[in-house]
Amino acid sequence: MKLTKNEYGRLAKLRSPNSKIYRNVPMAFLVGGLICVVGQVLTELYKAAGAEEELAGTLTSVSLVALSAVLTGMGLYSRLAKYAGAGTLVPITGFANAVVSPALEFRTEGYVPGVGAKIFTIAGPVIVYGLAASAVYGVILFIAQMSGAV
Amino acid sequence: MDDYLVYLWAFLAGGALCAIGQLLIDLTSMTPARILVTYVVSGVLLGAVGVYEPFAEFAGAGATVPLTGFGHALAKGVREAVERDGLIGCLTGGLEACAGGITAAVLSGLLAALIFTRGDKTAKLTG
Repeated sequence: MKLTKNEYGRLAKLRSPNSKIYRNVPMAFLVGGLICVVGQVLTELYKAAGAEEELAGTLTSVSLVALSAVLTGMGLYSRLAKYAGAGTLVPITGFANAVVSPALEFRTEGYVPGVGAKIFTIAGPVIVYGLAASAVYGVILFIAQMSGAV
Repeated sequence: MDDYLVYLWAFLAGGALCAIGQLLIDLTSMTPARILVTYVVSGVLLGAVGVYEPFAEFAGAGATVPLTGFGHALAKGVREAVERDGLIGCLTGGLEACAGGITAAVLSGLLAALIFTRGDKTAKLTG
């Protein structure tokens, strides 16, 4: 097939976003899935050590957060994120990374306006809208219970 | 459940939730902050309508580790608090259920700032 330079550019543009997706999505699946498997292993270990289901879940979250904080501090989490994309963003380790990395980056601006405020750069919106949605749900649930619908 | 099946389901469910996030990034150019907010609010909604709990029962950490699980925990906490204490539960249940994760993350940030001299950059996350 013969192509002019223009046609080639157009075709390459057409293909490239797709080929990016073909690589990114499986990588996100693989890495994100593996992080969840690590979470499952931790949960089983905590349960085997005698923790109740709910406590085991909390301990797992806390452990993953701590692990992510260490990797972020060592500058390793972003290296993984470069290949894994949403696979390192969506798990709770990504949330922790979003808390720890601004804390490190803005330390030069001081511990109150830098670390203290910038910790919530991304965690803030997540907490704000998560709490708002859950409060709305609570009000609806309360009204439904009052009116005997539930 | 069979020993190895819990790990398989955790992998498949967690992987699928991350793959959806990647599709959102690649197809809609949503920023990571928006993805995380979307996931948490979706988790609250799915928890509220009662589909996340059965999903979490077979997917285990594959459902609780992704940020939708954080939203589900918020909804579950509010539901339990409203059933126990009435309307005030709307304000207390969410943070009550997520206190451990949030406090751990905040303290991790503070400790990391004290310990590490340099780390990951945030530039890619914001916006």
